[in-house]
Amino acid sequence: FMHGSSDKHSLFFNSATTPPDSDPSQRRRVHSMLKHYYGLNEEGKVTEQAESLDPCDINGPHFDPEVYLNKLRMECSLGELMDHESCMVKQIRSLDSDMQTLVYENYNKFISATDTIRKMKNDFKKMEDEMDCLSANMAAITEFSAHISGTLQDQHAQITKLSGVHTLLRKLQFLFELPARLNKCLELQAYAQAVSAHRRARCVLQQYSHMPSFRGIQDDCHVIMEQLAQQLRQKFRDGGSSAKDLSECVELLLQLDEPAEELCDKFLSHAQSRFEADLQGLEAELKDSPVTDTDILEFIDRGCNEFVSSLCLVIASYQELFINQMANGKLHVFVDTLAARYFSLVERRIQEEKGVSDNSLLVRALDRFHRRLQAISKLLPGSAVPSQGTEIVVRAARERIKQYLSALQTFYHDSLTDVRQALAAPRGATSKDATPSLPELLTSLSNFILNQLKSVLASVHLFTAKDITFSNKPYFKGEFCSQGVREGLVVSFIKFICQSSRQYCESAGDRGGSTPPALLLLLSRLCLDYETSTISYILTLTDEQFLVQHHTPVTPVTALCAEAREAAQKLLNHYVKVQGLIISQMLRKSVETRDWVNTIEPRNVRAVMKRVVEDTTSIDVQVGLLYEEGVRKAHSSDSSKRTFSVYSSSRQQIRYAPSYTPSAPMDTNLLSNIHKLFSERIDIFSPVEFNKVSVLTGIIKISLKTFLECVRLRTFGRYGLQQIQVDCHYLQMYLWRFVSDENLVHFLLDEIVGSAAHRCLDPSPMEQSVIEVICERG
Amino acid sequence: MEDDAPVIYGLEFQARALTAQTAETDAIRFLVGTQSLKFDNQIHIIDFDDENNVINKSVLLHDAGEIWHISGSPADKAVLTTCYSKTSESRVLTCAAVWRMPPEWESGNHESPDDSSNNPQTLELLCHLDNTAHGSVACVLWEPMGDGKRVISLAENHVLLWDLQESSTKATISSSATLEGKGQLKFTAGKWSPHHNNTQLATANDTAIRGWDLRSMSQIYCIENAHGQLVRDLDFNPNKQYYLASCGDDCKVKFWDVRHINEPVKCLEEHSHWVWSVRYNHSHDQLLLTGSSDSRVILSNMVSISSEPFGHLVDDDELSDNEESQQEDKGKEPLQDSIIATYEEHEDSVYAVEWSAADPWLFASLSYDGRLVINRVPRALKYRILL
Repeated sequence: FMHGSSDKHSLFFNSATTPPDSDPSQRRRVHSMLKHYYGLNEEGKVTEQAESLDPCDINGPHFDPEVYLNKLRMECSLGELMDHESCMVKQIRSLDSDMQTLVYENYNKFISATDTIRKMKNDFKKMEDEMDCLSANMAAITEFSAHISGTLQDQHAQITKLSGVHTLLRKLQFLFELPARLNKCLELQAYAQAVSAHRRARCVLQQYSHMPSFRGIQDDCHVIMEQLAQQLRQKFRDGGSSAKDLSECVELLLQLDEPAEELCDKFLSHAQSRFEADLQGLEAELKDSPVTDTDILEFIDRGCNEFVSSLCLVIASYQELFINQMANGKLHVFVDTLAARYFSLVERRIQEEKGVSDNSLLVRALDRFHRRLQAISKLLPGSAVPSQGTEIVVRAARERIKQYLSALQTFYHDSLTDVRQALAAPRGATSKDATPSLPELLTSLSNFILNQLKSVLASVHLFTAKDITFSNKPYFKGEFCSQGVREGLVVSFIKFICQSSRQYCESAGDRGGSTPPALLLLLSRLCLDYETSTISYILTLTDEQFLVQHHTPVTPVTALCAEAREAAQKLLNHYVKVQGLIISQMLRKSVETRDWVNTIEPRNVRAVMKRVVEDTTSIDVQVGLLYEEGVRKAHSSDSSKRTFSVYSSSRQQIRYAPSYTPSAPMDTNLLSNIHKLFSERIDIFSPVEFNKVSVLTGIIKISLKTFLECVRLRTFGRYGLQQIQVDCHYLQMYLWRFVSDENLVHFLLDEIVGSAAHRCLDPSPMEQSVIEVICERG
Repeated sequence: MEDDAPVIYGLEFQARALTAQTAETDAIRFLVGTQSLKFDNQIHIIDFDDENNVINKSVLLHDAGEIWHISGSPADKAVLTTCYSKTSESRVLTCAAVWRMPPEWESGNHESPDDSSNNPQTLELLCHLDNTAHGSVACVLWEPMGDGKRVISLAENHVLLWDLQESSTKATISSSATLEGKGQLKFTAGKWSPHHNNTQLATANDTAIRGWDLRSMSQIYCIENAHGQLVRDLDFNPNKQYYLASCGDDCKVKFWDVRHINEPVKCLEEHSHWVWSVRYNHSHDQLLLTGSSDSRVILSNMVSISSEPFGHLVDDDELSDNEESQQEDKGKEPLQDSIIATYEEHEDSVYAVEWSAADPWLFASLSYDGRLVINRVPRALKYRILL
């Protein structure tokens, strides 16, 4: 112990600068070092390894006092050595005192340990005696116990045997009571109890059937059970009982070893009869009541609640009862046939749904119809019924689009009829506010149509609403939007507008016919508006609303626009033709019915010419309401006066003055031909542009050309020619302002007067001044 | 294949009346009647020399009045009828007469224009188709391919069938019919059908076309509102007995099957003003000529309703020579109904068009300013029809 301590005294050199017991941490350190020394703790190994091998380290394990001394002696001065020595002495001294303390402590502990051990020795001796006593007692108890059990053995075996007999007797009693019990159950109609009782007894009875008494019971039971089965079948057949009762019935019968297939058939045929009633109810509703009585939602509701829900119930209970392939097949056939009948009823009802006022009702009905069928698809995974239902919905949607299209068409026709009536209303008689003007009619018509189309789109949009179950079917996502709504509805409607407009040009007859010209004009403007903006607006609207993805080729906007423009052009051309013909007819009648040879000297402009000017003016106003002015060739800033003078004096004189001097018969033709050489060929019934001037030019061209041709067929007297002169001058005064190129009017009027002069028996023209006076007089 | 340029001939006067010399089958010859109120009217005999592409004219004097309609006898090439207007007591009346050309006209025709105009020969009057009782005559129709002894005149609302006797110097009405109805009815045009043994006639008044049976002088059909406006002219298909073409002021040419008069068989709308004249080609009835007051003449090819088989039937023989048939195939795509050509040589309204009686590929058109234009069917088409 001492040796160890001295051996280890160097440990304390660096830590001994402070007294070792100064504080607890110091002590612990000292302890740990001791522990370490004796190799008591594991951690020590790590530090041991890390310790230096330096022989000069006074605390290291490899400390060599010789080397250390030599080193000190070599490195330190005397003073330092002295200091070092005194320090070392001091440390050794403190170490010694520490050691003494420790030795003392340990000695005390050793003494107390020796005492404790001596005391323990005494206690153990006492315990040993008591243990001996205990074991002797235990041996006595064991002996007693064996003795008792030996005496009780016989009685125990007897009791066991008795209880066995008791159980058997109870079972026998059950068997003997079984017929009575079954009868009672039968009386109380507690079929389930009876069946379970019988089932419990069946095996036993079967096993012991060779014994006569058991045989009797078995036979009795058979009879009763037969009776019971009969009753069950009866109940099954009777119907009237609920589906739940029924399924219970079937369950019992199955337990009674009834053949499953037969039961399937019976079950289904029974269910069938009830569905029959449901379907007949629906059919009766379809037949008897007019559509107005019950709306389609009610009908579908009824169908869903009665038919579909009980179908689901039947499917569910059936599937609970019968689980095999054959049964499943039967069920499919059963469901399919019933569903087919149901569907045909529903389809008939849907077909009766022709009123397009409220689409939401139909959509809701279809949604409900479709939603309820999903239950069947869950119950009966392989069934075609839900997809057939979806097809019905698709067909209904298709049909709906068609109905909407025809409704739109009817609406369009009705609107046009309204416009027609508004146009036919006497305009002059009533004040201006009573009858709407053309632009108002146009905007209201166009708005009507657009609003109607929008509302139809909104209605159709219901089919694709998110909360509708069938809206995520592929048809409603793709084809419905593109082929159905866009092509089938919107594009078809626009095409219909164009087409019906074109029909106005063709069928209305060539005599001006039934279509009022103002309507033609209005429709032409409508089509033109469609071409410029409305079509692209409508289609954009549709595409946005329905997110149309064009999987299939669709009609491009440009094609529709072209069609609309063509229709507009055709209508406007027809308008020009009709108006031109109306004026032409007046002029023609006025030329054809008059005796131009024997007419009197002209004093007035003929009334028909005033009428022509009036009509032209009103047409000008009418067209001006809807079409822009258009470009006209620059003409003299002055009014008709100046052009008139050119026309009347110089040119006209040259034009036909020579023709009544017999000397030069060729001149007229020559001059006329020269004139024609320099003027462009005039196409009379030619397409016009979309502006007022062009329209008016067209009408005036037609009118004046008719005038010319009629004049050429007549023969004139002196005054006849003069009257034509007056008339033409009058027309000249008023018509030039309407046309794009006033030279055109000049040219045609020149031709008329020239032709009249040619066809005159006594061509002596009227003085220009006189003509002017007559014309200005009015 | 370049086509010959049109040949143009100018008259000094305005003119509406044009006819081919129907009985002349060798020379290409047209007759034109002038309209002048101040000068003596003339009949120009236009001889076309096909070889040299030149026109020879002769002028005959027609001093009875201005000529509205002219028609040549199918039997005697020297005989013709005119409808002319006559003014008497400030009344203008259109009369009709049968004339004979003087026999010498052909001999003295190649002189200078001055000579002919100074010293023209005069037509010899054979007889008047006296009509004072019936009003103005719209036109006179010879019996087609007849013996030149029967004519029909349409006067106001009367159809008059005349027998010409004693070498056409005497005319008697053999039968007549009158169109009764509301208002002033007036025939504007008519055509004697060459079918049914020459027993049918078609007339036009206002917008209606009527068919007449000449044996009973009764109406057999009536196409009300055949055109939207006045009907100006009619012509029978020379090869299909029930087919009829009409034209009018609605700028349309319509084709009718007179057995089904509710709807026209076909309708053309190519002119931009009234159509005054329509003529089937005498041999190839798919070729149709129309003249209009838009100053244009249009030649159309109406294959689908012609007597020619529609859609070319290729014979087996033709197929024997592969190369040739291939070439032919290129050229012989089945012909469609189409406009062959629009002739714009006129500068005034064209009131009359006529096919030549001698050359089926040649036709004349006359405009009001007195311009006569002779044109030919384009050669390419001619060969396609012939080969």
